[in-house]
Amino acid sequence: MTKNNTDIEDLETAQDPAGLRRVEIEPVTRVEGHGKVTLLLDEDNQVKQARLHITEFRGFEKFIQGRPYWEMPVLVQRLCGICPVSHHLAAAKAVDQLVGVEQLTPTAEKVRRLMHLGQVLQSHALHFFHLSSPDLLFGYDDAVAHRNIIGVLADHPDLAKQGVLLRKYGQEVIRVTAGKRVHGNSAIPGGVNKAVSPEERDYLLGDIEQIIQWGQGALALAKKLIFQELEYNRNFALIDTNMLSICREDGALDLYHGGLRARTPDGTLIFDQVDYRNYGDYIHEQVKSWSYMKFPYLRSLGQSDGSYRVGPLARINNCDYIDTPLAEAARVEFRAFADGGLVQSTLAYHWARMVELLYCAEGIKRLLLDPDITGTELKVRGEMRNKGVGVIEAPRGTLFHHYEIDDDGLVTRANLIVSTTNNNRAMNQSIRQVAADYLNGRELTEPMLNQIEVAIRAYDPCLSCATHALGKMPLELELVDADGAVVDRIYKNGRGEVGEG
Amino acid sequence: MSGQFIIDHKPVPFEPGQTIMDAAMAAGIYIPHLCHNPEFHPHASCKLCTVKINGRPASACTTQAAEGAVVESETDELMDDRRILLKMLFVEGNHVCPACEKSGRCQLQAVAYYCNMLAPEFTHFYPQRDVDASHPDMVIDFNRCILCNLCVRASRDVDGKDVFAISGRGIGSHLIISSPSGRLGDSAFDAEDKAAQVCPVGAIMLKHQGYDVPIGQRLYDQEPVSVVGDVAKYVVKKHDQ
Repeated sequence: MTKNNTDIEDLETAQDPAGLRRVEIEPVTRVEGHGKVTLLLDEDNQVKQARLHITEFRGFEKFIQGRPYWEMPVLVQRLCGICPVSHHLAAAKAVDQLVGVEQLTPTAEKVRRLMHLGQVLQSHALHFFHLSSPDLLFGYDDAVAHRNIIGVLADHPDLAKQGVLLRKYGQEVIRVTAGKRVHGNSAIPGGVNKAVSPEERDYLLGDIEQIIQWGQGALALAKKLIFQELEYNRNFALIDTNMLSICREDGALDLYHGGLRARTPDGTLIFDQVDYRNYGDYIHEQVKSWSYMKFPYLRSLGQSDGSYRVGPLARINNCDYIDTPLAEAARVEFRAFADGGLVQSTLAYHWARMVELLYCAEGIKRLLLDPDITGTELKVRGEMRNKGVGVIEAPRGTLFHHYEIDDDGLVTRANLIVSTTNNNRAMNQSIRQVAADYLNGRELTEPMLNQIEVAIRAYDPCLSCATHALGKMPLELELVDADGAVVDRIYKNGRGEVGEG
Repeated sequence: MSGQFIIDHKPVPFEPGQTIMDAAMAAGIYIPHLCHNPEFHPHASCKLCTVKINGRPASACTTQAAEGAVVESETDELMDDRRILLKMLFVEGNHVCPACEKSGRCQLQAVAYYCNMLAPEFTHFYPQRDVDASHPDMVIDFNRCILCNLCVRASRDVDGKDVFAISGRGIGSHLIISSPSGRLGDSAFDAEDKAAQVCPVGAIMLKHQGYDVPIGQRLYDQEPVSVVGDVAKYVVKKHDQ
């Protein structure tokens, strides 16, 4: 329930859409990909329906069928230009299983881990500084022309520069480990095609202390921005949800590998250290007629109670500790914010994101100082198998890649549950919360609508990655008369069956 | 008796029996080509090596060098023609460089870069073609075949197997495999065959691997095809002799 006692569940679908006024926020800006929000309002400006729609369609799951399995890490990373490394590595982990490899060489695993920390560092820097900081620094109601990275550059040039250089450093880590800043190719079946040379290691070590220092500064800024309007920020788009992430076997934060862990909104463990290859026993996906994006949920809790959040908020809530000292101190402080429960404030995503950015910076230093990073044992092979599931913590959350191949090595089936898809229901709930709390009964203005976008941005959604349900997409077509009354309706359900009425 | 002709204002010596392509390669002068490979009898089907000899267009790979001939190769007109031929090749098949394991060491891609083809111009055909992965060690992706005929020549002339042939006519031309099922796995093809080594694009590839060479170390990452392509091999071979 919200401040004005609206049940946000009622806002998914208006009871009687006839005569309601439609407001669209399109495109949703300062996010990756294309999406829109639609609001239906009655004559008193009461919000009756609020939905986040993803308006583009990708279809990777379909068109990779029939392709050779070893292409997957390079092919599927083209889903995204912001976090391709996460797709590259999730696919590579699945392909490792296809070639029968359970354990990479130390060098291969550490090069991949280094690549991934570079990825998360750059993505988090991009998201916080370039996309979200204008809202946080200037307020959601700042002038549109100023509420962007150019405005940050004008008012806080040092801060903007740090954001740009943090991202650049992460991109350099990716270039060194993957071969290119965007869409590299170094993770190959059973290993990597290159290690880090001593010269490359020294080059990256040259700036790492500065990066850690800026990481501390970014964390302090994120925290300060949350605390400066504490009550508003604590309650903004607040929803209580389950949390899902992978954790290392000993409960530590691990972005590259671990078992699945889920907690209820009060922090109780639902499951822990689940082998992610069995994800289908724990997570199901629901399709809805109005969105190209699927709605995953925890199977044991069902569709309505089983939705969950992933990403920095879930990871920092879920893990027992972080094995780098500065980030661990930040985690302890973060968790104290919730007095023993889980931190559920949606804007706390930004705070958790900067805890992780610092963890990445510390982790990069640790890996660069590890002698294995310049090793020469790069690849192993085993007996071929027909199924592989790779799971990784991408910047935006838990990312599942599942491939099945025939005996010739061609892909017969693929299932991708992309980070943003996991957050689909939560993002919809958050915008409904904002709509109910701040928009209801008021004449809409641009700053008010921007609050909807601020809620979406907190999740750092990657909308372009998230839509793949080719052929399974339910669809509804409605014929509406001048008064908005539905005259006729035809539909196709998730099994492809067409009906009327 | 040796002689000399001119390519783009540069004198090129030749031996009797040499084609313009042979003599140019021996002199270290690159003429764009795809279906030609100096190890095989010339085929003159890709038409990329079309030059003007004393003002008349002809394929450099099949035309005998002649004393005093004036050959134009890298003129604006001929390079425009080459770009059009390349653009047609790119839209006729499904050449997805971003995901192709041959990228960086693909002759089609390298020649396109050399000829300054920066973007596709024509409407993509997006043909529906198969990937044949029935062989234990090799895979054929027909999406990438440019009908250069090199595998046909290699299998017939070097391997003595006749595994490959071009079937159909005109735009319906396509590579076929000599086996009872038409599948590669049922043919006499072997990964050690010469025909397994000559594909200039990513159509005939080793199975279970790809991307093994890091970006930056692939054949065409550092130098263009005019420097490190078969023209370089040819010059080295001549030198060794």
